[in-house]
Amino acid sequence: MSAVLQNLVNQPYKHGFVTEIESDVAPKGLNEDIIRLISTKKNEPEWLLDFRLKAYEQWLKMEEPKWPNVRYPAIDFQAISYYAAPKPKQKLNSMDEVDPELLRTFEKLGVPMHERAALAGVAVDVIFDSVSVATTYKQKLAEVGIIFCSISEAVHAHPALVKQYLGTVVPVGDNYYAALNSAVFTDGTFCFIPKGVQCPMDLSTYFRINTEESGQFERTLIIAEEGASVSYLEGCTAPKFDTNELHAAVVELVALDNADIKYSTVQNWYAGDENGLGGIYNFVTKRGLAKGTNSRISWTQVETGSAITWKYPSCVLQGENSVGEFYSVAVTNNYQQADTGTKMVHIGKNTRSTIVSKGISAGHSNNSYRGLVRIAPTAAGARNYSQCDSMLIGDKCGAHTFPYIQVRNNSAKVEHEASTSKIGEDQLFYFAQRGIGNEEAVSMIINGFCKDVFQQLPMEFAVEATKLLGFKLEGSVG
Amino acid sequence: MIYHDSKVLLEVRGLRATVNGIEILKGIDLTVRSGEVHAIMGTNGSGKSTLAKVLAGHDAYEVTGGSVLFQGSNLLDLAPEERARAGVFLAFQYPIEIPGVANSHFLRLAYNTLQAQRGEEELDPLEFEDFVREKMKLLEMNPDFLDRGVNEGFSGGEKKRNEILQMALLEPRLAILDETDSGLDIDALRIVTKGVNQLASQDNAIVLVTHYQRMLNYIEPDFVHVMRAGRIIKTGGKELALDLEMRGYDWVGVEHRAAVEA
Repeated sequence: MSAVLQNLVNQPYKHGFVTEIESDVAPKGLNEDIIRLISTKKNEPEWLLDFRLKAYEQWLKMEEPKWPNVRYPAIDFQAISYYAAPKPKQKLNSMDEVDPELLRTFEKLGVPMHERAALAGVAVDVIFDSVSVATTYKQKLAEVGIIFCSISEAVHAHPALVKQYLGTVVPVGDNYYAALNSAVFTDGTFCFIPKGVQCPMDLSTYFRINTEESGQFERTLIIAEEGASVSYLEGCTAPKFDTNELHAAVVELVALDNADIKYSTVQNWYAGDENGLGGIYNFVTKRGLAKGTNSRISWTQVETGSAITWKYPSCVLQGENSVGEFYSVAVTNNYQQADTGTKMVHIGKNTRSTIVSKGISAGHSNNSYRGLVRIAPTAAGARNYSQCDSMLIGDKCGAHTFPYIQVRNNSAKVEHEASTSKIGEDQLFYFAQRGIGNEEAVSMIINGFCKDVFQQLPMEFAVEATKLLGFKLEGSVG
Repeated sequence: MIYHDSKVLLEVRGLRATVNGIEILKGIDLTVRSGEVHAIMGTNGSGKSTLAKVLAGHDAYEVTGGSVLFQGSNLLDLAPEERARAGVFLAFQYPIEIPGVANSHFLRLAYNTLQAQRGEEELDPLEFEDFVREKMKLLEMNPDFLDRGVNEGFSGGEKKRNEILQMALLEPRLAILDETDSGLDIDALRIVTKGVNQLASQDNAIVLVTHYQRMLNYIEPDFVHVMRAGRIIKTGGKELALDLEMRGYDWVGVEHRAAVEA
């Protein structure tokens, strides 16, 4: 039956095509000149160039983190091109003018853009390599005062807001990859929900790496003012190359009093082939600041791709009664490695956090949960509940759990539960004995295992995530 | 019950099977006709549960000899799910837990798979709910069981009832009950066996695998087989089970050896 299991978990990657579009690619390598080049290309104000140079200066003094439970050859940062933009044939005024080749790419990916965006009720800010090429629904959102645009655009149109918040949640020198991103980020998404506004639709960005040997360093900044709320969806795929591409994004969220930000990700970057060749290095810093009283930040992620994942979407719970949530499904197969989890930093009184992590390992992969729960002395009455479950498929993969718990206030309550299970022949036999074949059985077992997380996803995303796990692990589901 | 002229359902001849290269079944012969209830008894390690799993097609076991005909066709050619769809049901000694999968979802999928196989109508969730609730009454099960994960956090007795509920839903031709009595208190045993008795008919057969005679007080067997070291060494009527209860298993072995040596 192990052969059956193997077939079930080895489904080909469906998004591995390259789009033939002429790109404007900067020369390889990283130095001050490149940073100035990026800044000039993007016609940036002086303060942003300073921000970049300061980050670069810090980065030079830093070392790559060695503590994650992942192995990979040293990255040559001078062999990467830090800027790649599709050359537009003319200036784009509407969706109709977008390169049809590009639209076909997104069609293949199933991105709900154009007319389909209207049907799906999703506003999509599409990032193609480093430059945002189209933004839908901007007008409709603007009517209620919501700003949803590329971060490059925001730098020009709303400089005061960007300057006020950029780098306040993830400082330029926060960690090696955040510093790198701060120095060279080329585009990303900016989202501002003003006081008292409930965003009328889910906002969505679809990221895609296209140019070989280019890094993608996008930057996302989402701000929800007092009483505002927003649900943001992020989906990621990348074409197949034998080389490894670096993806080092930074996402910052700020929630003021009574604000609510829900951030959902379905990540399906190319994971490398069955021998571990190629695939994305996904080294991402995501952090939300629950700054205001009663604010709430919720991360939901379904991580199925990337050769290596290094990612800890975190919450800093500063406001009294603020809430942080982290719901995660991480699936690894073949030679994928994932070291992912969260940090919940409790500062304010009566802050609460929930962590639900589900790791599924198959093939020769390695899947680690790493999570920090820190209760500061000021966080009287803080509460945390963590649940970390691992599931193994086959006997050559690994699952690891590294929980760090630091409690400095006696009135805090912290709970941690963990389990490891295995899809075994006995489980499959039980299904078979009731007439249910292996594929359907694996699908049911996995979906049952991930139920607590899938329930947190917005409807369309939950469907997509279920399908993705289907492709990844079972075959014909969906 | 033994019916005159009933059809042979299961015909096992010289069945041998190994697990990890160790021979567990060393030539089993067994004929089961429609309407009959057979009890297979024996000490731990005699091969009773192995026989049940081999018939259901568990692939940890390798069949190394002999034949098994089910309704005239070769059962050993079929994958486990095909055997189930053909009407072979195994009530597990240790039912498996499947966290997060609602029992109702699992039961309905199993039921509809069999309905499709038989060319009968499948039920949607609402229709199935009504249908399964009726069946649950038979086993005095609380409807809450439908919303819980399959066997997740069930007590030993609850798991066994859930097995017999599946038997009631799937209406198999041949039901093999692997130590369904183990871990049951006396009330649960009464309920479960009452359920099994109501399901028994002229068109199906039941094979009970058990250590103890107590289950046979509730489900009356037509034949009792004693297994030892991978073989059936004695077959008798229900009175044999009472003999075993009084005298233990040793004398059967002694008698068997004497007969072999003679």
